[in-house]
Amino acid sequence: MKQYDLVIVGGGPAGLAAAVAARDAGIRDILIIERDGRLGGILNQCIHNGFGLHTFQEELTGPEYAHRFIEQVQERGIEYKLNTMVMEIRKDKTVVAMNGDEGMFVIQAKAVILAMGCRERSRGALNLPGYRPAGIYSAGTAQRLVNMEGQMPGKRVVILGSGDIGLIMARRMTLEGAKVEVVAELMPYSGGLKRNIVQCLEDFHIPLKLSHTVVKIEGRKRVEAVTIAKVGPDRRPIPGTEERYECDTLLLSCGLIPENELSKGAGVELSGITGGPVVNDALETSVEGIFACGNVLHVHDLVDFVSGEAAKAGEYAARYIQKGDKREGRSILLRPMEGVRYTVPTFIRPQEMPEEVTVRFRVADVYRDCAVVTYAGDRQISRRRKKILAPGEMEQVVLKKEDLMEEGIEDITIRIEREA
Amino acid sequence: MEERQLTCIGCPMGCQLQVLMDGKEVQSVTGNTCKRGEIYARKEVTDPTRIVTTTVRVLGGAVPVVSCKTGADIPKDRIFDCCHQLRDLEVKAPVRMGDILLKDICGTGVDLVATSEAAARS
Amino acid sequence: MFDVAIIGAGVTGCAIARELSRYRVKACVIEKEEDVCCGTSKANSAIVHAGFDARPGSLKARFNVEGAKMMEALSRELDFPYKKNGSLVVCTEGQDRGILEELLRQGEENGVEGLRILEQEEVRKLEKNLSEDVICALYASEGAICCPFHLTIALGENAADNGVEFYFDTQVETIKKQEDHYEIHTKAAAGTKGSEIAGKEIRARAVVNAAGVYGDVINNMVSEHKLHITPRRGQYELLDKSTGDHVSHTIFQLPTKMGKGVLVTPTVHGNLLVGPTAEDIEDKEGTDTTAEGLRNLEQSGALSVKDLPLRQVITSFAGLRAHEEGGDFVIGEAEDARRFYNAAGIESPGLSSAPAIGAYLAKEIAKDLALEENPDFVGERKGILHPGDLSMEEQNEWIRKQPAYGRVICRCESVTEGEILDAITRTLGARSLDGVKRRTRAGMGRCQAGFCSPRVMELLEKTAGLSPLEVTKSGGESVIVFGQNKEI
Repeated sequence: MKQYDLVIVGGGPAGLAAAVAARDAGIRDILIIERDGRLGGILNQCIHNGFGLHTFQEELTGPEYAHRFIEQVQERGIEYKLNTMVMEIRKDKTVVAMNGDEGMFVIQAKAVILAMGCRERSRGALNLPGYRPAGIYSAGTAQRLVNMEGQMPGKRVVILGSGDIGLIMARRMTLEGAKVEVVAELMPYSGGLKRNIVQCLEDFHIPLKLSHTVVKIEGRKRVEAVTIAKVGPDRRPIPGTEERYECDTLLLSCGLIPENELSKGAGVELSGITGGPVVNDALETSVEGIFACGNVLHVHDLVDFVSGEAAKAGEYAARYIQKGDKREGRSILLRPMEGVRYTVPTFIRPQEMPEEVTVRFRVADVYRDCAVVTYAGDRQISRRRKKILAPGEMEQVVLKKEDLMEEGIEDITIRIEREA
Repeated sequence: MEERQLTCIGCPMGCQLQVLMDGKEVQSVTGNTCKRGEIYARKEVTDPTRIVTTTVRVLGGAVPVVSCKTGADIPKDRIFDCCHQLRDLEVKAPVRMGDILLKDICGTGVDLVATSEAAARS
Repeated sequence: MFDVAIIGAGVTGCAIARELSRYRVKACVIEKEEDVCCGTSKANSAIVHAGFDARPGSLKARFNVEGAKMMEALSRELDFPYKKNGSLVVCTEGQDRGILEELLRQGEENGVEGLRILEQEEVRKLEKNLSEDVICALYASEGAICCPFHLTIALGENAADNGVEFYFDTQVETIKKQEDHYEIHTKAAAGTKGSEIAGKEIRARAVVNAAGVYGDVINNMVSEHKLHITPRRGQYELLDKSTGDHVSHTIFQLPTKMGKGVLVTPTVHGNLLVGPTAEDIEDKEGTDTTAEGLRNLEQSGALSVKDLPLRQVITSFAGLRAHEEGGDFVIGEAEDARRFYNAAGIESPGLSSAPAIGAYLAKEIAKDLALEENPDFVGERKGILHPGDLSMEEQNEWIRKQPAYGRVICRCESVTEGEILDAITRTLGARSLDGVKRRTRAGMGRCQAGFCSPRVMELLEKTAGLSPLEVTKSGGESVIVFGQNKEI
């Protein structure tokens, strides 16, 4: 059996940043396992710009952003395997993988970082009624066809969901000669960045219809028309509001789901809300020595945050390999309250944590003129005013060790409160 | 006097901006919550520009297309001209990230730059 | 001149073709879709019914019981997934237990073995997730599940390997009775190029009507004994593999005047299937799902099984049962059309009955045409190797020989390139994404082909020699792409 100190499952932005950070923290023996034929993951098909403002203080395209990290991995001589699928991760940190050259093999790792990313919610999972013709694609699949294969999957397009990939694809298809008829969004607000709404839709006069969903798909072999309707507060279609669009393509940008089938197999506990592992301040899952970062942990909106989080996971995994596990100490539960849907991490260990830990979360609705308030037990430890909070934007608070050292803190709560 | 409506892209607020124009002169910007909104509005109504990202066909490459971008912003109203000019462009593999694929696209003075690699087909 | 022309390459047509290939025969199968298994055979409950549902003395009862008894041996011979998981018809609080007893009696009269009524406690022990309202159930040890795609594909493939010719994308326009044969006029199916016989007149000494929901149209071209088939739509939801052990038996509801109700069953591949609805419609191609139908089926499924994990739906679909007015199968030579054989009105339990219908009709036809036995007939067929079912050593053996077996294309179902290449290159190989999906399960998992479809397209291009514009989801006009960037 092959031995490695650290095995990183996934060579996208999370896996790459984790590998670099772990190497810089002194771990020599690292293996990145990537299922695709190149490193960089989904960034390779995200050819639009807007990546890297936080990390590199400049605007890069996806492939360029990935390239920066790939170079760092290569400069450090970190080993990676391409076209290699991890088939199983076990609780004892053995990893079963397979490729065409080596067949199936087993690796024993001291620590594992989960960095498998996420998948798109499919038409089936959305349970959209209608026929099942060709021409219904998740936005990411269309993105791959256009940007990697150079093939156009549609001429007249309706898009359901105003997530960023959907918005980006509206512009992309338009620039390549397609006509995007409309973008329909189930929620009363868009989950996409304002910048994308303006530059991908408004620039091209593509209407965005909030509180709308698809109620009918026509066409037996290829999509021929899509009917959308307005939805009420219960998100059910309102009869009589149907609008029919003749089109040949329906793109879906209706949310991402962390891909944790391997994690489940390892016995990693998952959150019912994020779909990702439950982790502590060290981004360590319920299984000792298995860490998680990036979109497999929770879906991020900016890759810069993925890289930042993954670098932390790399450092923490390095510390685990060097110093062993420190789980016995006190552990405080982080509770998302009023308006906060979840937090990552879920547990904080005051003794083990560094001076500061960044807690990331999402809110449940659009809130204006409010504050993000954090309590240690009953004691307020931070209060930050916000003009606006929206579900599409990941938020964060920074917890300080000094605030949490006192004995008897039972929980930490984060909530949204109205500002007077 | 002409009034233009814009959505600010500075943050999730997405302030609805009203810009009062006198010919090409901006008279006033209202609806913004912060200074960024005004700066954005003034630029957007007088000199709107965009980076264009797209793909170009590759001849003899291990991949069929290579991604690329305009090396700098181009005027917003030249986006489609630019895409049109790329219709018949084919580049020979290998292509390296950063290679200039086309000089002075549509007379904008801006070059088209590869943002990914295309190895030669083996 | 063909000896026999079979119209329809669903499970019934393929079963007849395969059984006929036991004889020295020049036979063909004419199918308007691009592949076998494109109609009712691909969208049903995937159940091998034990055989207690049908009225004693009916053709349904006879062929169901016979077919179900053949299925296990056939699954070994033709290498398709089959599992005798047993079924339960549950009776809930307030329902008439008498119906259950009547089913038991009926089943016994039909010759079904292993039927037994279980009381509440025993049922609960067998299935922990049954509704609290269940008070007793009819247990059928012979109830089973199978993969209808693999069954149909295996039958078709084996028939083709034994010499039966298949013509896809070819629609029958007219059939004319001549002195000692039939003239069948065909055309390319809409949106397709058609096969080499499309547009030509072919002649056959005997014709078999296995045209599913179009069985009436075909019959009525020839016979004055008019059939009337109503497409009865059944909508289904398929749930993620993580839910496949929610129940281990096939759970039927007590039949009522409204029909057999909604069943909940594991599939042979480990998913959970909930369905079908029963809606009589006009449109013979009306395989669309409806919001109302899906809602009804979710509510109905919850009557017999509790905590149905409906959030784990990965896809929904609808199939059309060919319901003939008379309520029974129509099998055998038409009274007024010599050597025109019907296998019509094949609704449930059609899948279970197919092997028996095939054997019966093939024998009748062989006798009628005085066909000799085919000494070269090979009944054994190997399915597509799925390395995931093998031990690590065995997998590595395969990967050494063919590295494609080490390259995973569909990550959700762990389908390798080797399997997909096999699916494309073997007899009656896949020509579309759906064809690959039905043969290998690539694209049938939780991401529903989001990740693997571009890669499967590439393999179809390279291996089947298709251009990107010729790769389709399901044949005809179901193209995936319209052209290169900036070209459309």
